[in-house]
Amino acid sequence: MDNAVPSVFVKDLVRKFGDFVAVDHISFEAQPGEIFGFLGPNGAGKSTTIRILCGLLRPTSGEAMVAGLDVARQSEAVRQKIGYMSQKFSLYNDLKVIENIKFFAGMYSVPEPIIPERADWVLEMAGLKGRESALTGTLATGWKQRLALGCALLHRPPILFLDEPTSGVDPVSRRQFWELIHRMAADGVTVFVTTHYMDEAEYCARLVLIYRGKVVASGSPSELKSGAVKGELLLVECEPLGKALEVLQTGPSVLDAAIFGNAIHVVVTKAAEAVPDLTKYLAEHQIAVSKIEPISPTLEDVFVALTTRQAESVEEKKVR
Amino acid sequence: MKLHRLAAIAIKEVLQIVRDARSVGIVVAMPVAMMLVFGYGISLDVKHMPVYVFDREGSQQSQDLLKHFQASEYFDVKKAVNNYPALVRALDNGICRLAIVVPHDFSLKLNAGRQVSIQALIDATDSNTANIAIAYSQAVIQAYSQRVQVDWIRRHGQKEIKPPISVEARTWFNEGLESMPNIVPGVVVIVMAVIGVFLTALTIAREWERGTMEQLISTPVTELELMLGKLAPYFVIGMLDTCLCAGFGILWFGVPFRGSWNVFFISSALFLIVVLSLGYFFSVVAKSQLAASQISLFATFLPAFLLSGFLFPIDQMPVAIQAVTYFVPARYYMEIIRNSFLKGSPITILLNELLALAFLSCLLVFVATRIFKKKLT
Repeated sequence: MDNAVPSVFVKDLVRKFGDFVAVDHISFEAQPGEIFGFLGPNGAGKSTTIRILCGLLRPTSGEAMVAGLDVARQSEAVRQKIGYMSQKFSLYNDLKVIENIKFFAGMYSVPEPIIPERADWVLEMAGLKGRESALTGTLATGWKQRLALGCALLHRPPILFLDEPTSGVDPVSRRQFWELIHRMAADGVTVFVTTHYMDEAEYCARLVLIYRGKVVASGSPSELKSGAVKGELLLVECEPLGKALEVLQTGPSVLDAAIFGNAIHVVVTKAAEAVPDLTKYLAEHQIAVSKIEPISPTLEDVFVALTTRQAESVEEKKVR
Repeated sequence: MKLHRLAAIAIKEVLQIVRDARSVGIVVAMPVAMMLVFGYGISLDVKHMPVYVFDREGSQQSQDLLKHFQASEYFDVKKAVNNYPALVRALDNGICRLAIVVPHDFSLKLNAGRQVSIQALIDATDSNTANIAIAYSQAVIQAYSQRVQVDWIRRHGQKEIKPPISVEARTWFNEGLESMPNIVPGVVVIVMAVIGVFLTALTIAREWERGTMEQLISTPVTELELMLGKLAPYFVIGMLDTCLCAGFGILWFGVPFRGSWNVFFISSALFLIVVLSLGYFFSVVAKSQLAASQISLFATFLPAFLLSGFLFPIDQMPVAIQAVTYFVPARYYMEIIRNSFLKGSPITILLNELLALAFLSCLLVFVATRIFKKKLT
């Protein structure tokens, strides 16, 4: 494919369900061969967007192109170019593994002579060699997910859409799944993946952060981490955590504070000055600090910072 | 339209039917069960009606009369009682449907050549049965009184006079006047209506319910391929079931088949297309298996049962209801099937019904292809 044509091109896309605006004027592009992450909390509009891109939902307004084709007007042509894996497992549980593969090979018009070879490839990839005759419903979630991925790839689509592919999958299977995604991308497949797992987002070449139907940030994970957090970040380990958070939110030069695991991440204007100030401040409030040090932000910090900022700006608008 | 996609869907559908015990049950057990239940259960014949008698005279002649009742296949004299309250109780409890009371001066009046009345008490909760019972008991008594008359005339040495006019009735198409040959072909229609709609009503709804539809519509398969691929296996099954039902009617119930098998198969195919399209339509609209099966029950089973002429002749219905029956596909199929079994009418006579079925099948296929859109809502 011509490199000048983005695999996915979205401009001012809007989708309303009645009065509810699920997708609110979003724009982004995904380039061929990249792993494009679509990140956001549940209900942010990720699935709606991916369904529009796969031609399953009509956009209310705006432009959405996949492989250079308009998804609203050329959805049939789009479908031959894409593989889609929905959030909910949607192969046939009452069919055998091999029957599911053959069925979807038929749906995607894979030529008869090469079906066995492709089926073999899927079985290999999913780790289901020797279990061709197992009923799909009896497989564990991780295998099911890999089989679903394989079925979505039977026709070798240049673009792959994965809607939260690893939800409910154990960590080992998740890692295996991501290895497969990387292999796809290395072969030149554009992988468009939604997730709310921050660690998975780190695997993506590019990310779009979506919140309440709007794009709040986009860029590579490192770009996001360096650009999105205003100020610098401190890690504070202390006891008791709940009280400490309350106290820190009104502390000197504190911009934001949030609990991460068994510690608190505090955003401050200048880390070097804030460390002694906050140590003293917390001690005054009878909070035992075991560790306080500057750290570089994770994607989760970025996400929290951006979504709270977004929420605040919405609140401000309401007040005005 | 790509045939290989259509075939892939048909194969998948067959695999799912075979693996689902419920579907197999519907396909095989239901036609047989319905044939048996309706074939034996719906009998409009009045035979062996329970009768109580109260012979107030107890003479040779009164006993003779009652023997005539016993001899008739329509009546079964259960008990002779000796008081009225016993008769009333038996009628009240429904132990007997007919009670015969012979007066105390029966033979006296009879021998004197005077007219004598027999009392018949009839449970008329079912007016149809009551009418038949009255007619049959009149026939029994008429036969007996004729014999008495002939005896009397002979004894008095006169020449017997034959009644000037008599009816020589020959019943056509259903010589034995049994309801079985009428009911059984009708059951074929009911079974096909139910099977056809029930089978397909679940197919699309099942895909929505299990979430497999989302994956399916993300593939390049077209609406038409999906519909035809899904209906094809059910069409084959439906035709096999039609043969099963017809064979059952002919071999088990001994109903004659006098018509043309061509007409039978063409009309069955058309009717199947109608009901399969209807089921598909409901399945698309309802999106849930439960709702789809309930709609199909209301929209096909009841009309096929009540408005097709199966139990109640259409020309006896109120005009407004008669108008409604024109929209009931089973009406036309019923006419064709009954004629095929009993009358053996040539195709020219059934042409209107065949055309009506053909029109309905085209219409419903068209609607069905339009209704399903490969979109989520």
